[in-house]
Amino acid sequence: MSIRGKAAIVGIHEYESRFDPQASELSIQADSISRALDDAGLTKDDVDAMYSHSGFLLAEYLNIFPDNIDTTQVGGGSYEFHIAHAAAAIAAGQCEVAVISYGSTARTAQRAIGTGGTATRRVPFHPEGFEAPYGTTTVGIYGLVARRHMHEFGTTSEQLAAISVSTRQHAMTNPFAVMRDEITVADVINSRVVSDPLHLLDCCLVTDGGGAFVMTSAERAKSLKKKPVFVLGAGQAVAHPGMGTRDLTTIAAAQSSKKAFAESGVKHKDVDLLMAYDSFTITVLTTIENLGFVKKGEGGPFVAEGNLTLKGKLPTNTDGGGLSSNHPGQRGIFLVFESVRQLRGERDGNQIKNAKVAVAHGTGGGLSVRHSGGTVVLSTEV
Amino acid sequence: MATEQQPYRKPLPELHPEIAPYYTGGLRAELMIKFCPNCNISFHYPRTVCPECLKSDTVWRRASGKGTVYSYTITYQNLSPGFREEVPYVLALVDLAEGVRVMTNIIDCDPKDVSVGMPVEVTWERAEELAIPKFRPQKS
Amino acid sequence: MSVRGVAAVVGIHEYESRFDPQASELSIEAESARRALDDAGLEKSDVDALYSHHGWNLAEYMNMFPDVIDTTQMGGGSYEFFAAHAAAAIAAGQCEVALVTYGSTGRSGGRAVERNPIRGRVPALPDGFEEPYGPTTLGRYALVARRHMHEFGTTSEQLAAISVSTRKHASTNPFAVFRDPITVDDVLNSRMVSDPLHLLDCCIVSDGGGAFIITSAARAKDLKKKPVYILGTGQAVAHPGIGNRDLTTIAAGQSHKHAFEEAGVTHKDIDLLMAYDSFTITVLTTIENLGFVKKGEGGAFVETGALDLDGKLPTNTDGGGLSSNHPGQRGIFLIFESVRQLRGEREGNQLKDPKLALAHGTGGSLSTRHSGGTIILSTEV
Repeated sequence: MSIRGKAAIVGIHEYESRFDPQASELSIQADSISRALDDAGLTKDDVDAMYSHSGFLLAEYLNIFPDNIDTTQVGGGSYEFHIAHAAAAIAAGQCEVAVISYGSTARTAQRAIGTGGTATRRVPFHPEGFEAPYGTTTVGIYGLVARRHMHEFGTTSEQLAAISVSTRQHAMTNPFAVMRDEITVADVINSRVVSDPLHLLDCCLVTDGGGAFVMTSAERAKSLKKKPVFVLGAGQAVAHPGMGTRDLTTIAAAQSSKKAFAESGVKHKDVDLLMAYDSFTITVLTTIENLGFVKKGEGGPFVAEGNLTLKGKLPTNTDGGGLSSNHPGQRGIFLVFESVRQLRGERDGNQIKNAKVAVAHGTGGGLSVRHSGGTVVLSTEV
Repeated sequence: MATEQQPYRKPLPELHPEIAPYYTGGLRAELMIKFCPNCNISFHYPRTVCPECLKSDTVWRRASGKGTVYSYTITYQNLSPGFREEVPYVLALVDLAEGVRVMTNIIDCDPKDVSVGMPVEVTWERAEELAIPKFRPQKS
Repeated sequence: MSVRGVAAVVGIHEYESRFDPQASELSIEAESARRALDDAGLEKSDVDALYSHHGWNLAEYMNMFPDVIDTTQMGGGSYEFFAAHAAAAIAAGQCEVALVTYGSTGRSGGRAVERNPIRGRVPALPDGFEEPYGPTTLGRYALVARRHMHEFGTTSEQLAAISVSTRKHASTNPFAVFRDPITVDDVLNSRMVSDPLHLLDCCIVSDGGGAFIITSAARAKDLKKKPVYILGTGQAVAHPGIGNRDLTTIAAGQSHKHAFEEAGVTHKDIDLLMAYDSFTITVLTTIENLGFVKKGEGGAFVETGALDLDGKLPTNTDGGGLSSNHPGQRGIFLIFESVRQLRGEREGNQLKDPKLALAHGTGGSLSTRHSGGTIILSTEV
């Protein structure tokens, strides 16, 4: 058996504000859950499963008593894992209505996510003890992959920059996006180098924000307010240095996508929208390659040809992504929101014509060290 | 051996018995890498339990200290104490002759001279009771 | 659909040492994983799902690439939640062989579970409404004990009876930290830590951990040991809500309903109860909230020796957290002892021909936020 078509996403809410010093992580989640339930036409009493890193703190804040609780933490890609886990729980009859939520006040708290480094004097020996003493930053951890990709395949900074440019074009249509002014490849290349070869404009923003979505059984989804978006396939993977021999340009997406595509029965050419985690431009490039949309090494020319724009072969991150719209630290949940908006035909100003299939791939952690990859295939039809 | 005169401010590992020789071997100018006699392989980071066969009779072996750069990034911004004053510095992955890859810094050269494939050799940075393995260009 | 009988526990390993300064949390988990796989007759390469709080850190340590990863953190009861999640993932075809692990150096790491390391400003919610008043883990449980005494006339002697029974069981366990028999007086005369809880009402702090393997019922048939099937699962959290929660009603009051219903068994069928015993009051409220006795009757029940091997409800036959070991999150040990008893492998303290065991893990703090995970296990589907 598989989870194909057993569960659907029936309600979403993306927290609008990107800077909200009045909000807390819990208030963002509670407010978003309330609105996502409204979107679905459900109430708090219907909820019997909760997926959130805030675990019982959120249950208390909302005064709910779910029958299924999952707090799986695999970084920014956690929300794609939560979809996979919730689909299994719904298929197995452990719950019927699951809420998945996220809230962060990273900007208000002035968290230096990308370049804060490690302030702790003595770090745990496994695994940080073999990394932090050498000055790892999040940007540096991704910079190592970018450098290797350039070495192996001749990928250029201009090609990576094309990802930022396409993403900004999408962001220009999103009234909530933080960065909405058009940029060029030269703008990216001329922005300061943070961790060579990654420039400032190769990096995502740091914002406040969050949101929530609601999943239920395919059966129950039929009678709700909005058109259901069915979960056709879900794949989970982690990648890590292993014995100390890992190929840096092969990421968790290579493993998770196989399972998700096989389960869904969908082919790559059927995919109308890709929502690819974009902590950095190199994350998008390796994701497109490892998901199998292009061969390894062909990602650079592919993105440089404008294929990620609305008119391209693979419209990607049509909300403006983490590079231009928002990134409160764990952006995987926003990939789900935009997928649902596009599949419902609700993406005012940047709608893909008659979109049927979306793939959302969340990456969490550090790409050259330990990271997760969660792939979900979503569709309007089973 | 490079030494630090100032109080050491960069992060250091907890010196647990499971990993200690990696960070103390340098006091004797020895780069120590873990080896599993059952699987006949080296692995890194060091663990008591072999990540291949999960048996616990792994041993430490002295490595050659020679390797090549697998990838690197010149870090221009790191807000944490110690590194904040040291930017730009080179964060790198080095493939050792023993077949394992270690994270490290490339020092004793201009960051701009570092390249993928460059031959490097181990050196150490003293830090409190530890010696942190770092790498520098091989002397030809 | 349900997970009833879909999955089985087929391999276990309890890390023997209670104090091991050479070990790390990851080495305990990896070592235990190998032994649990040996116990099942499986290889590392068979594992396709990983349930551990160490998530990708453990995947790296063991050089594994699982297709399902779950790190759900529900405190000490996490392992019953893991069993429930793994059963669902197996039922849904997401994986076939799930590895569940735990490792802690709570003792050699010098962790004072009863002290609170928080300094300076604490997060506003919910700590900001608790930490300024000096709660300890003990204090949080003592609030429940005091209220239970007030509402039902429960006595310290009755709570002490739980420690006494548990120690009797521990005396048969060669790995247990405390094996000398104790009396009710010993408990009452031990020093008061957070009134009404005495030192001997509290669990110990040890190193340790272990691993167990869950696979599909179909695959379980061909393996080395007699499968122990998962018949029912229940998950719940409880918390102060809007500030009106009844303290003697705990998460077990919710989680057990789903587990019993799914399993299709009744309370009288249960041969063994493995109840999380961070403190004696945890056991008392668990027995009541699981429905083995009515609320308020737990004190009189335990006082009759009901938890002994020949009692009405043999409980924590390994010696529990009160006497055997408690590295911080003891829920995994409830599964180990359940499996040993159901397999007939519990030398020196074996129940006669047990068919059904119930393991209930409690995590967090009983008077504030806590979890409850109920798992019903059986030798037969």
